[in-house]
Amino acid sequence: MFESKSGILLIAGLGFFLFSVLSNALVPVLLYKNLPEKTVEELADNQNLIYQFEDLSQRYPEQFEKYYGEPDQKNLAAALRLGRDLYVGEGCWHCHSQNVRPVSNESTRWGKVASSDEYQNELNRPVMWGTRRVGPDLSREGGRRGNDWQAVHLFNPQSLSPGSPMPKYEWFFDDKNPSMPNKRGIAVITYIQWLGSWLEEYPYYEDYKPLEDQMLNPLE
Amino acid sequence: MSAAAQADNTPSFGDAELTHDHLVEERLVAWYLLAGLAYLFISMAGGLLMALQLVQWNPLPINEYLSPGRWRMVHTNAIAYGFLANCFLGALHWAIPRLTLKPVLNRALSYFIFIAWQVVVVSTAVGILMGQAQGVEWAETPVWIDPLALAGLALVAINFMAPIVQTKGPQYVTLWYFMAAFVWTFLTYAMGNFVPEYFVSGTSAGAIGGLFIHDLVGLFVTPLAWGLMYYFVPILLKKPIWSHGLSLVGFWGLAFFYPLNGIHHFLFTPIPDFLEYGAIVATIAVEFVVTTVIINFFGTLWGSGRAVVTNLPIRWFYTGMVLYFITCAQCAMQVTHTFQKLIHYTDWVVGHAHLVMFGVFSMWFFGMMTYLFPRLMRQSWYSRALCEWHYWLSLAGITVMFIDLTLAGIFQGFYWASLQPWEVSVDGSQPFWIVRVFAGLAIMGGQMVFVYNLWKTWRLSKQVA
Repeated sequence: MFESKSGILLIAGLGFFLFSVLSNALVPVLLYKNLPEKTVEELADNQNLIYQFEDLSQRYPEQFEKYYGEPDQKNLAAALRLGRDLYVGEGCWHCHSQNVRPVSNESTRWGKVASSDEYQNELNRPVMWGTRRVGPDLSREGGRRGNDWQAVHLFNPQSLSPGSPMPKYEWFFDDKNPSMPNKRGIAVITYIQWLGSWLEEYPYYEDYKPLEDQMLNPLE
Repeated sequence: MSAAAQADNTPSFGDAELTHDHLVEERLVAWYLLAGLAYLFISMAGGLLMALQLVQWNPLPINEYLSPGRWRMVHTNAIAYGFLANCFLGALHWAIPRLTLKPVLNRALSYFIFIAWQVVVVSTAVGILMGQAQGVEWAETPVWIDPLALAGLALVAINFMAPIVQTKGPQYVTLWYFMAAFVWTFLTYAMGNFVPEYFVSGTSAGAIGGLFIHDLVGLFVTPLAWGLMYYFVPILLKKPIWSHGLSLVGFWGLAFFYPLNGIHHFLFTPIPDFLEYGAIVATIAVEFVVTTVIINFFGTLWGSGRAVVTNLPIRWFYTGMVLYFITCAQCAMQVTHTFQKLIHYTDWVVGHAHLVMFGVFSMWFFGMMTYLFPRLMRQSWYSRALCEWHYWLSLAGITVMFIDLTLAGIFQGFYWASLQPWEVSVDGSQPFWIVRVFAGLAIMGGQMVFVYNLWKTWRLSKQVA
């Protein structure tokens, strides 16, 4: 059995693999069976996010009108879907995690520790917890900074974060102009502003605190 | 395998059919190895670009097709599907017919698979550069290529299983690993490229993504690579593997525990703790299994230690095994929650990945190439000194890179935990990232020396003919 073709193909090849899938993949699937998976349309029904989408339409009226028309929920859902595809396609998730861990003071830095209900939606097929953080975690990024900050930062990260190793994403803008985000630019910014928008403590740009204040050690 | 053994195992075959030429399609072996080398250079270019981006010295114009973010995915995918997969197919076309004394199912099919696989790899790279990547590491392959890749993997399995099913009785260790790998690779690819993208989301998708990342290393690369070690090492040392019992422990231990490891990539995520602990325990178990395999191979080397100095392929193989042991020992520690607190999401993990992918599996392939190319070209190496340069530059490069990134990871982990502004961790990483560029350049230099040596050897072989 241990050296025969059938033993190896059936027990090691199929059997052990299926056992691993049952124990490591099927168990979580069954555990979260009763947690409904939200569609993008349901995610778009969110006041924090609608605020940001309308803000985009007012900040960049010509560009927004040209690529999206009205800032309604249908267009918001379309922008979220495209933004998520761009976030994947550009490999953003290889340098930015989306998972706040219960260790290493991460909840002090970013906010609420990650929980399963946050990820049970269509935009998390697949989930993008990530495996590396060159830049900070983004799962609480939404609302922390305004749309104008996000646009300029995507266009030229070093202009706002000196020393940042993040690449420039000029193709998210028309005419190489950071004030003219195109369809992709608006979508990516919408997706970033969505991250964390489901939380009570979603901050607004208007409430923005300087970085030094954010980083103060609360124990001091 | 000796002539006597050949005669014993295959009474029904005439001598004419047992010649090497009948068994092995040498041209295809060479094509696969050369294709693998080409992708290795593409991958290294991507790695270099990302390394230069990190130290803010990206020399390329800003263009979406030259984006370091996309090239970072080309870097990892070109290694897995371009370099490693091509080299595996080349080595399997050499090893399986010679081991089973039967040719593969069909030569035309072999060439078709070669072309089809290059189409898969090139389309993957093009798709990623066009921005169509998917969101699971190593499964970034755009969705329209996935069915083609799966069909290719099925054909590979059929083509190679044909000679294996004709053999009678208990199988040699190498074939255990190969047979299991054919089943696992297909299932793993199917699972990782479809399930977390289309069938489940959130935490469940994360668990399956973890299984996929780990299974790709553990159930595709690892078994094929160890199978080749069990094939080449006894041939080169001209003696059998030290302990058949340990070979059994190594294979069945890996087969059982390795698939259970996946979730250890996502510790401290919303995945329930009992599943995380299951993966941690299984990972530590793998380390014990690996130790038995390493003991077995060093038992085989015992008494022939000088071969490590004189025999270059053996030196590559055993260097890889030492680094493999280091990788796995490191893994058994870093998989614990204690280590994860500090090192998860840091460059420590990147160093670990490079150590296993370059320090182990790539080194084994350099050993196999050093062994196979002179036999394929009927011409000994143009320069032994250049072979030595290849070895020492590669070893120095990966050693520096591994130590450098491991240290960088520890620094980054403490910067983050101490709640300093994010830029502090980036600024503090710069010295490590600069060293990493040079370590990478040493690795690239080693491969350039190798390719130059290969080219000169090929020229020599033409002159003789």
